Amino acid sequence: MAFLESSWNLFTNNWDLFVRGAWTALLLAIIGTICGTLIGFFIGIMHTIPKRKKNVKSMLLKVFNFILTAYVEIFRGTPMMVQAMVVFYGLVYLGIDIDRFLAASLVISLNTGAYMAEYVRGGIVSIDKGQFEAAQAIGMNHLQTMIHIVIPQVARNILPATGNQFVMNIKDSSVLSVISVVELFFTANSIAGSNYKYIEAFFIATVLYFIMTFTVTRFLLLFEKKMDGPASYKVELITGNKLEKDGK
Amino acid sequence: MTVVIDINHLNKKFGDHEVLKDVNFQVNKGEVVTLIGSSGSGKSTLLRCINLLETPTAGEIIYNGENILNDGHHIEKYRTHLGMVFQQFNLFNNLDVLNNCMVGQIKVLKRTKEEAQQNAFKYLELVGMSAYKNAKPKHLSGGQKQRVAIARALAMDPDVMLFDEPTSALDPEMVGEVLKVMRHLADQGNTMLIVTHEMEFAKEVSDRIVFMDKGVIVEEGPPEAILVNPSHERTKEFLKRTLR
Ligand SMILES: Nc1ncnc2c1ncn2[C@@H]1O[C@H](COP(=O)(O)OP(=O)(O)O)[C@@H](O)[C@H]1O
Ligand SMILES: [Mg+2]
Repeated sequence: MAFLESSWNLFTNNWDLFVRGAWTALLLAIIGTICGTLIGFFIGIMHTIPKRKKNVKSMLLKVFNFILTAYVEIFRGTPMMVQAMVVFYGLVYLGIDIDRFLAASLVISLNTGAYMAEYVRGGIVSIDKGQFEAAQAIGMNHLQTMIHIVIPQVARNILPATGNQFVMNIKDSSVLSVISVVELFFTANSIAGSNYKYIEAFFIATVLYFIMTFTVTRFLLLFEKKMDGPASYKVELITGNKLEKDGK
Repeated sequence: MTVVIDINHLNKKFGDHEVLKDVNFQVNKGEVVTLIGSSGSGKSTLLRCINLLETPTAGEIIYNGENILNDGHHIEKYRTHLGMVFQQFNLFNNLDVLNNCMVGQIKVLKRTKEEAQQNAFKYLELVGMSAYKNAKPKHLSGGQKQRVAIARALAMDPDVMLFDEPTSALDPEMVGEVLKVMRHLADQGNTMLIVTHEMEFAKEVSDRIVFMDKGVIVEEGPPEAILVNPSHERTKEFLKRTLR
């Protein structure tokens, strides 16, 4: 019990720092998931533009899509910790004095975007061809079809993957401490060092990380249920059947 | 009679496979034309070429005096003049019944929400589905889905309705409710081009029946001429097989 008491004391004495660290971790995860999802949808749409005729426009599209593919492969194939170092110190090297939190947001967004791009592409491909054809048949162009018909369905279908990515981001934001962003791991580490209480400090960090991921997971499950709406439909019998009334 | 769609020397190849061979025919205003023929004869391909879901390999499709296959023709705008009803319904899964019938009016025809809603209701009433306005497609039976799909197409106020085997994916007990709606549309004077295997229905509603075989129009004419006294051997064989 001495351990718990010691942990509790460490927490109450530094609660503002812990909470601020946890909040920063959560904020990075939120920014990363939102921006990453937007990047993912952008790439997914670019990759599924139907190829019509061979002209300058389609050549440009090809080059642009090649660059996007390279980005996805590179960010999926390297550790985020290394990406953070390269982006932050790379920008510093180029003489761009970027805020550490901003650099961290950029890295986690680009990293998430690379993963989401694959989910979105898979999601678009798995939508029934009939949905595209019906949209085309009423005169929608590719962008309208995507925005009004396809993306809403893809968004619903990849919601579990997006939620999973969000939870991963809460945890993985810890590696961004390498560029000295004061998130939860960085905070726990410095409080541990200055108080010589390593186990207590990281025990508190563990609890806080778990509270965040657990809460987010529950919330997402509820959200999914809500999005799906009721399992059945109750008919509102206000209007009669015109054909029946006509006696046809 | 006003010709709505005029098809000349239409040809479609999938790779080396020639699916449509020099197809020529017209659809006149207010006319109900039924396309019959065995499976694989190219009926769907013809319908899909007409609204450019498939790109014809050669030939012309004249609508309003213009060949819509010419470069620079506004394909999306042209498609709004054709209402398409698919065998597999293809209702928008993310939208409820009412919005299925409104989204095209608002986003493509740029109608106001009120206008679109009013028009959608008009056609949902017509097909007997207004009570289901807030239902999602997953809540509906096949017959109900197809009736909504018909309302969705009608809500765009097209010049021609295209039906590609609208009852083939339905359980037998639901075929009647869809045919009833289509019969009603035919009586109202809508211009319709229908692919169907329902011979009784075709006989009743058609002004003209077109028999296709292996990508060629073999013969066409009034229902009695084609169904009762066909002049070609291939038509006779087909009818013997289907009518049994
Ligand atoms: N997308 C496609 N690619 C290749 N062949 C196709 C395609 N669509 C249809 N076909 C072929 O074209 C022929 C006619 O098909 P279809 O128009 O669907 O016939 P029907 O509707 O009369 O049954 C068939 O042999 C079919 O295999
Ligand atoms: Mg067919």
